[in-house]
Amino acid sequence: MGRTWAIIERELRRFRRSPVLIVMALVMPIVQLVILGYAFGGNVKHLKLAIVDQDHGMPAVRVRELASAASSGAHTIDTIDYADQGQAISDLRNGRVNGVLTIPTDFSRRVLAKNEPRVALIEDNTDGFVSVAMAGTLGGILQAYSLPARGPRISSVTSLDVVEIYPYVPYIQYLLPGSVVMSIFMMVMIGGGIIFIDDKARGLHEGYLVTPIKKLELIAGFNISGTIKAVLAGMFLLIIGSVIAGIPNPFDPMRLFRLFVVVCVVSFALISLMFLLMVRVSDPLLPRAVFGVLNTVLYFPSGAVYPQQGFPGWMQVIAVADPFTYAVHAFKSLLLKNTGFVAITYDLTFLMIFSVVSLGAATALFKRSL
Amino acid sequence: MNAIDVRNIVKTFGDFTAVKGISFAVEEGEIFGLLGPNGAGKSTLIRMMVTLLPPTSGTAVINGFDVVKQSDGVRQSIGVIPQAMTSDLELSVEENLIIFAKLYSVPRGKRERLITELLEAVELTQWRKAQVKNLSGGMRRRVEIARGLVHEPRIFFLDEPTTGLDPVSRVAVWEMLAKIKRERNLTILITTHYMDEADKLCDRIAIVDHGELKALDSPLRLKASIPGKNSLEVSFTNAPGDWQERVERLPGVESVTAHDDIFRIATGSGPATTLALMELAATSGVTIGSLSVQSTSLDDVFVHYTGRALRDALQEANPLERGPLLRRA
Repeated sequence: MGRTWAIIERELRRFRRSPVLIVMALVMPIVQLVILGYAFGGNVKHLKLAIVDQDHGMPAVRVRELASAASSGAHTIDTIDYADQGQAISDLRNGRVNGVLTIPTDFSRRVLAKNEPRVALIEDNTDGFVSVAMAGTLGGILQAYSLPARGPRISSVTSLDVVEIYPYVPYIQYLLPGSVVMSIFMMVMIGGGIIFIDDKARGLHEGYLVTPIKKLELIAGFNISGTIKAVLAGMFLLIIGSVIAGIPNPFDPMRLFRLFVVVCVVSFALISLMFLLMVRVSDPLLPRAVFGVLNTVLYFPSGAVYPQQGFPGWMQVIAVADPFTYAVHAFKSLLLKNTGFVAITYDLTFLMIFSVVSLGAATALFKRSL
Repeated sequence: MNAIDVRNIVKTFGDFTAVKGISFAVEEGEIFGLLGPNGAGKSTLIRMMVTLLPPTSGTAVINGFDVVKQSDGVRQSIGVIPQAMTSDLELSVEENLIIFAKLYSVPRGKRERLITELLEAVELTQWRKAQVKNLSGGMRRRVEIARGLVHEPRIFFLDEPTTGLDPVSRVAVWEMLAKIKRERNLTILITTHYMDEADKLCDRIAIVDHGELKALDSPLRLKASIPGKNSLEVSFTNAPGDWQERVERLPGVESVTAHDDIFRIATGSGPATTLALMELAATSGVTIGSLSVQSTSLDDVFVHYTGRALRDALQEANPLERGPLLRRA
């Protein structure tokens, strides 16, 4: 075990004296958390809506008033009146407005006749978020328009009452678990992947192999030191990220303890994966080349940025095998729901089995010679 | 008992045979050199002896331990300095030594004493706390020499230890190795492609080329084993087709080899042959481009046993390298 500790000591001393490595591994997840968290987290506002009123009747005026009220209230839309439908559509195509609401000539007549009155929304659907926000706002306006002025005392319509059991979760908090996993992975990729192969190419491993160190001591040294580095990165981002994202009560000792356990398990799982991927590699370019691909393949299917229920079938298959999926789920449970270990037992079990299988395969492939 | 006993060792990589059945023995306390160009098989040979590569066939016994069956015993007995500089640049000199002492399970108390002694031996005591990245190439090599000795090995393997060093640093490394060998009664095996290094440092030299052992003896005996006391290296212009035969008939000449317009003439009398050669060239209308006369060197030995000059062999192995690879005493 003394030899294993010698390797760990060596790796950690080098790590401590490589501030660039530490910064590289931590800056990207923090930047991503802040930029993506605020970029995606806010409500869409000030969408330009052209209103073409071809009817000019009282019901049409009422629709326009409701649209103006929405404009001055939630600011989701800004209304612009157009007299010419052709000009409005031309401006839509040229990007001057985001949608065109047309109130047709027979709108008032159909309203009064109760004969399926309709208005049309022509929208720029190249931006899904914008078109969904605009359609939602206008849907709300029309729903308000359709409500009777005074409803029955006892409603016969079934309504849905939504009760949220957790406080509101802004997107930056939703993103935090993925960023923590990302910081662990960055450290694993740089410290356990790139530097491991660079050391091998420089002949540093040759120095180990001519000593009496055993194969298992060597593997343990590499993996334990990699895990320690990844745990430091994960805990750092967890604490800083919790403060940035506004996680309630981020320094609760019990929660921190549970998070620490998950960070350790995730770090060990990812370093095992990296060791398996790199155990027979000797070209220093390879880990750099696969870095981006691996990051994308593991991070995005994990549900870190979007719910997995929205993925196509093939991507859900990747998600099932992806250790990030279980890591992100475990962190979400602890950070957003403040659950105990019971809620993440399955995640921890998967990650531990994943580590054992990966490390077992890597050990079988590891050669104690050149 | 021999410190190193290599018997008919072979290493193949697919269809390529890097080492073709080499045998030799190194006595205790000897400095033994493996001399040859890059690609000759020296590094493969040393890697088999230090347990980094398993031999395809044959055996190597190091300090009484078989490299395949008793590899741990071999590793405990040897110190190894690989060709590349492999010290941790971010760590201090002392930390590099401590880590390796721990890898060899040197007890804490002994570790301190050994490191202090070794740093004195390699004259790095005042650099003990300095980060290796702040040291010169020669000093880094000395750190590695100290690192390789931190567990008091019986046998020390050095793979081209002075490659890439300036001449002053190279001489410093030679002196250091000679001193350490004397003080510690080490057996040293060194690979090199520097003639002067092999000549000055080694008690015996094995010339290796194309994976084969071409000659093995002390530098003096190797030089004595080839014809001639002096060697002339001459280039000619306008030399006729039978020029080599005419040169061979000059007084004192024992052998002539020609390679790329350079004639290498082994002679028992350098001055007499030089005068005769100049006279022959003048009467035959042949111009002498360059001429040098020297005592028989290891390069002549290399030419004699391999059929080519070491510098040519080096340039074949590294066509882009055009540095002054051959240095004469």
